[in-house]
Amino acid sequence: MSRLIRLDETGHTTLAEWSVDEPAAFEDAVVAFRGELDRGYFGIASLPDGRAEQIRELPFDAPTVILRRPIAGG
Amino acid sequence: MSTAAPAGAAPLDGLPERATVHWRRRVDERSLGRRGRWWTATTVAHTVPFICAALALGVIEPITIPISIVLLAHAWAIPELYAARGAHVLRPRRRVGDGPERRALLLLGDLIDDRARRLHAATGLVLERGRLGTWILGEAGAVLVRRDSRRVFCYCVKASASDLPAADRIAHLLLALRVDERDFATVANLAFSGAPWRLRRRLAPEQRPALRAAAD
Repeated sequence: MSRLIRLDETGHTTLAEWSVDEPAAFEDAVVAFRGELDRGYFGIASLPDGRAEQIRELPFDAPTVILRRPIAGG
Repeated sequence: MSTAAPAGAAPLDGLPERATVHWRRRVDERSLGRRGRWWTATTVAHTVPFICAALALGVIEPITIPISIVLLAHAWAIPELYAARGAHVLRPRRRVGDGPERRALLLLGDLIDDRARRLHAATGLVLERGRLGTWILGEAGAVLVRRDSRRVFCYCVKASASDLPAADRIAHLLLALRVDERDFATVANLAFSGAPWRLRRRLAPEQRPALRAAAD
């Protein structure tokens, strides 16, 4: 089961979940993902080597995609 | 339906936030070394005149020794103030409520390994190994301990939203750091650079194990 998670004031919110045999759920996740990008969030997919990747399209087979706010120097 | 999209589809090149500081040169090994030396030179330039003046006054006119002591106090205080500014980047910020804090902590726990989880429980800070060195991540800043452990760089950097739970703030920095370490250091603002012992004295006692672990 893959998850789309947004970091927000509640701690985090799971916006969508999908799996290989749920194409409709993935479509819903794509819509939610694009909506959050439009709101200014950035999508991050974790890589197996521990690094992460900034993404603009929702990967179908990523286990977890996290939406974060921009960072800035304080 | 795009069911064949691979993991990491359409990756972007580095952190988009770097565009907000486009005038800055991207941080690398050489620029970090240069920045560290420049920081030390600046600190010396700020303190040595006070020391010289104190010595000169004391030698020329012993009656001015009280003034010499004040000047020496200035020379001591300047590097201490810089180090205090560096330690400030790791200070905990205001809590938003138990529920959100707990939920944020669960997610942060998923992002880090067991050793990092234990360190976070003890210090409130997260350790992340990088190519430039080891990073200590706080809620509104990060400290880079260089690989030779002889110098630290303290950065002010935080998520743009102010209402986030503590662990979420750290998760924001951790994710950005994992995307591109050099961009992360470029976007962040340098608050202090110097010897780890200078920083250590100014950290809260419960945070010091994180600096020790980063230097190991």
